[in-house]
Amino acid sequence: MTDITHLPPDTGPSFDLAGKDIAAAGQWRLFWLKFKKHKIALVSLVVIIFMYLVAAFADFIAPFDPNATNARFTYAPPQGLSLMHEGAFRPHVDQLRMTLNTESMRREFTPDPARPVPVGFFVKAPQPYHLLGFIPMETKLFGMIDPKPGDSMYIFGADRLGRDIFSRVVHGAKISLSIGLVGVFMSLILGVTIGGVSGFFGGWVDLAIQRVIELLRSIPTIPLWMGLAAAIPVGWPPLRTYFVITLIVSLIGWTSLAREVRGKFLSLRSEDFVIAARLDGMSEIGIIFNHLVPSFMSHIIATLTLAIPSMILAETALSFLGIGLQPPIISWGVLLQEAQNIRAVAQAPWLLFTPAAAIVISVLALNFLGDGLRDAADPYEDVS
Amino acid sequence: MTKTLNPSGDTILKVEDLRTYFPTRTGVFKAVDGVSFELQRGKTLCVVGESGSGKSVTARSILQIVDKPGQIEGGSILLTRADGSKTDLARLDPRGRDIRGIRGKEIAMIFQEPMSSLSPVHRIGTQIGETLRIHFGIRGNEQRARVLELLKQVEIPRPETAIDRYTFEFSGGMRQRVMIAMALACNPSVLIADEPTTALDVTTQAEILDLIKKLQQSHGMAVLFITHDMGVVAEIADEVLVMYRGKVMEKGPVDQIFHAPQDDYTRRLIGSVVKLEKKAEVRVRRAEMPTETPPLLEVKNLSLTFASGLKAVDDVSLAVRPGETLGIVGESGSGKTTMGRCLLRIYDPQSGTIDYRRTDGRTLDIRTADNATLKDIRREVRMIFQDPVGSLSPRKTVGQIIAEPLKLAGMKGSERDDRVAHLMRQVGLEPAWRERYPHAFSGGQRQRIGIARAIAVNPRLIVADEATSALDVSLRSQMLDLMMQLQDEMGLSYVFISHDMSVIRYMCDRVAVMYRGRIVEAGETDRVVNDPSHDYTRALLSAIPHPDPRSRRIHNRFRYEPAVKRAQFQPMDKS
Repeated sequence: MTDITHLPPDTGPSFDLAGKDIAAAGQWRLFWLKFKKHKIALVSLVVIIFMYLVAAFADFIAPFDPNATNARFTYAPPQGLSLMHEGAFRPHVDQLRMTLNTESMRREFTPDPARPVPVGFFVKAPQPYHLLGFIPMETKLFGMIDPKPGDSMYIFGADRLGRDIFSRVVHGAKISLSIGLVGVFMSLILGVTIGGVSGFFGGWVDLAIQRVIELLRSIPTIPLWMGLAAAIPVGWPPLRTYFVITLIVSLIGWTSLAREVRGKFLSLRSEDFVIAARLDGMSEIGIIFNHLVPSFMSHIIATLTLAIPSMILAETALSFLGIGLQPPIISWGVLLQEAQNIRAVAQAPWLLFTPAAAIVISVLALNFLGDGLRDAADPYEDVS
Repeated sequence: MTKTLNPSGDTILKVEDLRTYFPTRTGVFKAVDGVSFELQRGKTLCVVGESGSGKSVTARSILQIVDKPGQIEGGSILLTRADGSKTDLARLDPRGRDIRGIRGKEIAMIFQEPMSSLSPVHRIGTQIGETLRIHFGIRGNEQRARVLELLKQVEIPRPETAIDRYTFEFSGGMRQRVMIAMALACNPSVLIADEPTTALDVTTQAEILDLIKKLQQSHGMAVLFITHDMGVVAEIADEVLVMYRGKVMEKGPVDQIFHAPQDDYTRRLIGSVVKLEKKAEVRVRRAEMPTETPPLLEVKNLSLTFASGLKAVDDVSLAVRPGETLGIVGESGSGKTTMGRCLLRIYDPQSGTIDYRRTDGRTLDIRTADNATLKDIRREVRMIFQDPVGSLSPRKTVGQIIAEPLKLAGMKGSERDDRVAHLMRQVGLEPAWRERYPHAFSGGQRQRIGIARAIAVNPRLIVADEATSALDVSLRSQMLDLMMQLQDEMGLSYVFISHDMSVIRYMCDRVAVMYRGRIVEAGETDRVVNDPSHDYTRALLSAIPHPDPRSRRIHNRFRYEPAVKRAQFQPMDKS
């Protein structure tokens, strides 16, 4: 039937209005133009980039070795940073004076404004280290200038062994943020392959795969993870455990992606331009890689971004339950696990809030980013 | 339901200098720019214009239902009631109680797409009854009685059972009748009809137009009828308002618009419509086609039954001679698109033969051809799609799209680039635009890209499936002229599938009329159009609105009642 698509009149091509650059703008340009309109997503993108940079340069940014203990400062509270001292610009923290409360049998720390500990940028590291594992460095981004015994700088407090929480959270980002990426990467491979097979072959293959997906999705996730995590031998090296944990958390993640890919496959196969390509003599494989994959690539990126936070949360949940990563590996989940008891929460709430804040910020930012990407995923709705 | 009929002629709605603007990122889009008109009791004003001319926004402005971010910037919409009181609708709050009291009650509206305008989860009786409840508080048995009366008025068969049915159980025409019943529920003094027949078949359209006319006379309504179809305008209008890019080009009695248009744009618009009323000049002048040449394509007893049991193509036989255009005409659901797709084996027909004559004179059955042969044949038999948006991949540049069949045929490097540039010039596109993406092109230009892709590999036969239906009328003849020009240059044959008799008559040498999967009549276009032998063809032809207000004919048209009773619940057609 006559179909009134509201197209611009033919008297003048529409790109006269839209500007010449739009006319020759490809998929990714349009994607970016549309994404830019989503302000929260744009801010989130900056936050995410910042967090991954922190994770990548954790050794440089964390002022201390995350495993360095200090018996003197167990459960030391966060030390406030002050910029001025005696009318002059001198960034410092106040030295902590420890007293033992004999009534409650607890150590109590009080800052002593008379004894400032000067801090500054690009200070000498306590020990030499290798940035990114291969660049030898002896400088930290910031830290105490010329520390003397009894000086300390715990921006977010210390834990039960006197380890610096800030350094530990920064180092935890390495594992926690990358486990999301690696897990999502594995989901991507599994999801695109299995979903593609399902959508491409159809028939009983499709039926079987879809039922398996339904089965997997029907299993309660936490018991499933617990069962699988319990099977990891305790004696395994940390790196191997890490790898297996990512495998476990991505086990569920691929199912939704596979469905997405399959759905896209099915809907795109009947599009006119795909039929046109077939009539042009293009092979099925050619159609998949020339037409289908570019069409759903942007959707997949959006889905993946939305999958990362669930991976991060899954790792956190597992580690919190004590069946995921184990100390000495540092992840945000491991850090939270140490804040499990009521004593820690009551006496040293920074053990709970610092890693929790890191998790909340990164998960929120990734979700907003994913929302923005999803909205931009089909840039042709508005333009055409 | 009777109402004291005021003498026709007094003004009910007076629109003056209406301006509706849409603020956009780059500036202000003036969708309606200084439009003035008057609606009179018992009269029909047709607003006509091509897509994007602002005719729908004008109608929506009256009811203050303009989509965001558009808003009325100025002007007045003065509604005069029977008791003499007046309201300026442009001053009312779009969400306020006052405008809601007017919507549906004093001014009712029917929309283009009856499926999406009706709720799928409520029975139609409930939907019609809702208007009665909101405006008059009528409930229960009284409401039901009123709804039944309305359904009778809009001539829905067996209203007692129809009232409890759901929207999806009705065909497109019946749904539009339900919409009209809803609009009439409160006895409005103005009915706004926004392309109410565009989504309908031509025979159904004729019935709906009839119904609106009849109801207008019995209710004494003023009708504001929005359409892009000049034929419909000629059939029903008293006054006509021609719009272009938000502005009124011309306004006047229907006879003046058609026979003495003052404005250039109107003249061109009428010209392009009248041009499609007869055979194309180039075809009239062309020498007689030799009739004894062996056919290029000969289809015999082709049948395709879908898995659902629908017999989409039923024992179809036809032949295409070299260099000729065979038209396939039929209404939605007649199987014409499916048949066209069978010719290229997009669908696999179950029985019959599709004999295609290769250049060396041998014939080959496409229906049973293996994949390798099929690949060869698909270089010689090509397709042009209906939808200029969906048939071009939005992720490739125009150059890539046109080059794709060439690339797959093994053409490389500068030879291919030259060929693409040549093809673009051939279909009237600048070769410099090759780096642009389809979104930068208008509908007509995109269809040209589709044509360039089809002719890229020098085919011999092109199946054009509704190639002009998505285009405005002024572009249709341009596109058809281009196709005929290419036909003469390249010696092409066309199978031209359309629901529109005028484009068939303009371009096709012979025509086959399809009805429910069968070909009911085939022959020379002139003969079929002027002297149809089958009753269905006669009904189809007489239902086509004629763009001449001096010879209105759809009101006394020929109606076709097939031996098999037309199923009431036919599925919607996708095309």
